[in-house]
Amino acid sequence: MATASRPRTTEAFITGADVVVESLIAHGVDVIFAYPGGASMPLHQALTRYKDRIRTILPRHEQGGAFAAQGYARTTGRPGVCMATSGPGALNLVTAIADAKMDSVPLIALTGQVGTSVIGTDAFQETPIVEVCRGITKHHYLVTDTADIARVMREAFHIATTGRPGPVLVDLPKNIQVAQIVPDYTVPMNLPGYHPERRQPHPEQIAQVAAAIKRAKKPVIYAGGGVITGEASNELRELARRTGIPVTMTLMGLGAFPAADPLCLDMLGMHGSVYSNLAVDEADLLLAIGVRFDDRVTGKVAAFAQHGFIVHIDIDPSEINKNKLVHIPIVANVKDALTELNKIVEPPTASLGEWHSQIADWKQQDPFAFDTKYPGILAQEAIAELSRLTADRDTIISVGVGQHQMWAAQFYKFERPRTWLSSSGLGTMGFGLPAAMGAKVAHPESIVIDIDGDGSILMNIQELATCTCEDIPVKVLLLNNQHLGMVVQWEDRFFKGNRAHTYLGPIDRPEAVGEGDGISPKNRYPDFVAIAEGFGWQAETVSAKRDLEAALLRLIEAPGPALLDVQVPYQSQVLPMIPSGMTVKELIRQ
Amino acid sequence: MRHVISATVQNVPGVLAHVSGMLASRGYNIDSLAVGETEDRGFSRMTFVLRGDDRVLDQVRRQLEKIVTVVRVDDISSRNHVERDLMLIKVAATAGPTRTEVKELAEVFRGRIIDVAADSVIIEISGTEEKIEGFIELMRPLGILELVRTGRIAMVRGSPPTRELTEAADGARPADSAPIRESLA
Repeated sequence: MATASRPRTTEAFITGADVVVESLIAHGVDVIFAYPGGASMPLHQALTRYKDRIRTILPRHEQGGAFAAQGYARTTGRPGVCMATSGPGALNLVTAIADAKMDSVPLIALTGQVGTSVIGTDAFQETPIVEVCRGITKHHYLVTDTADIARVMREAFHIATTGRPGPVLVDLPKNIQVAQIVPDYTVPMNLPGYHPERRQPHPEQIAQVAAAIKRAKKPVIYAGGGVITGEASNELRELARRTGIPVTMTLMGLGAFPAADPLCLDMLGMHGSVYSNLAVDEADLLLAIGVRFDDRVTGKVAAFAQHGFIVHIDIDPSEINKNKLVHIPIVANVKDALTELNKIVEPPTASLGEWHSQIADWKQQDPFAFDTKYPGILAQEAIAELSRLTADRDTIISVGVGQHQMWAAQFYKFERPRTWLSSSGLGTMGFGLPAAMGAKVAHPESIVIDIDGDGSILMNIQELATCTCEDIPVKVLLLNNQHLGMVVQWEDRFFKGNRAHTYLGPIDRPEAVGEGDGISPKNRYPDFVAIAEGFGWQAETVSAKRDLEAALLRLIEAPGPALLDVQVPYQSQVLPMIPSGMTVKELIRQ
Repeated sequence: MRHVISATVQNVPGVLAHVSGMLASRGYNIDSLAVGETEDRGFSRMTFVLRGDDRVLDQVRRQLEKIVTVVRVDDISSRNHVERDLMLIKVAATAGPTRTEVKELAEVFRGRIIDVAADSVIIEISGTEEKIEGFIELMRPLGILELVRTGRIAMVRGSPPTRELTEAADGARPADSAPIRESLA
């Protein structure tokens, strides 16, 4: 194994921790979200020595820091970096690491570890974090020689950001951090089994795709997060424009294709649009681009796009034929494949006029809709209003997980990639606030709004403090229905409305057992305005429809961090819905 | 179907745990797994025996290749190859006719007695799975006291496929350029 040669010349020795920080800077890192502890103190001490080049933000929980790093990475495409101490600190990163793996987010997670001499002795705050994280990282390192740090950091950044991006964990024992060394940053990487650059589209396959497009009468593009990760949004738009093929997107793909484009079919899948699901069901050609045929998209996978010839373009060979057998698998960077395709592609020979008008009919019959006559504020309406009011502004949206997430996906109109942050694969509640925080750090000029639920936000509520103390003015639109709305929806659909621990107020209230109107309980719990104000935020609550627009504008225009608590009913459901494992034929409209 | 897969991996700590953890978490059934250094000390070779249809095999290969420290994956059983298992078996046999019988049977199977105690012997035997299984069945009535097997190792006949360790296409195999026609339905 190649290790760093150590030219012990007159150069100054520095600590392993300094090598880590210098490596971060060399890889363009300008911010790290780091929570200190015994085993990572040398790293924090080193960070203070380089504070003019790298900003260290102190989250209030390691998970918040890791999701903030994700928010940074998801909105910039550059790797996000978080750090924690050994044991509990490292374990608190685990959920966000798994989340980054599922959603292909380039994340560098640094952890302190107990000294190498006591590893394996159940030392204080010792956990085998590399063992814990093996299956949920793209790669992982336990560094056992200070001389390896420079190479490991180089490999970590290379692996995290190339091919299908993902999280890389670097575990750094304390004695490795404090040992002195003359670093050699020129040490080559030692990755004989890692060659994503070899995944190039074959010209004959691209020609086959072009031929399939030419033959198609009912083609659909199914675009996913890979289009955004692969920076191929412009190429996708060009393909659609040149061929007239309508585009539907996965939850991860939103923003890859502009919502305002007439060819846009919005999101597909379980809570996707009726028209996108019908179009995929009837398609004779499905161009699956940067997607993984997730069960929330396909429903019953055998019936998904069953009439279509399927082209699958993805950078990850293990996604090919994993869930769905396809006809033309192309293992390549989406941008490269689409660039090559756009050079030769021609519109279908047969006019797509009939197909377009069929889709237009479907769109007209079943648009995303909500009850506009409802006397109070519906969550959907609050989101649609926010979308309208921020349409001409530079806005980034993050969400938690649940009903509000799906409604945001349905009713917020995304025009640009990297403006929509959602924990999509893992579905981690508590993602929204810290992700917004990281996005705001990367984009201080943008308005960054976390659309959140009252269940989700509590899972990382402590980051309200970080926003105040580190001067990160994000906004929260809190859609507060006093329930775990998505689980309630499933209880009502599939469990005869039996409330099983889905009411978030005191358990002696009638709502806890599914009684009482619950629309606006007299004593709402908790008092999010008081909580936010306690953390130094501007906050208000709104329940009347006529007050909504003004309150939203105050939220948007607030100079500092601001929260708007919107009282919404828990009875509304996310529709349409294709129940798990079913097909578009079982789609629920009402 | 039964497949013998060989994975060449970087000889670094944790690679066995990584590979076996991946196989377990994705629910693949492994009959046997053997690991050892290769001709190049920087690399180890893992040999798996796996049951599953071609699609399972394909997924296992791709998931293995996805692991950063896995350098190359070969489906040995799709080519002309040899495979062997090594077994040590301790059989109850005091001096006398039983021990003679054991000795004779071991000779027939080209095994060797490598240890003799007052009431038992240890036999070393290598060969194909069928041969090993056959010998075990013959020993069973005599009383098997202890048995240990290495798991399958295998090698393709003829010119070595492992020369250019890093030349393996990382996922983008020629097979990917051929559309999968059988799924047209």
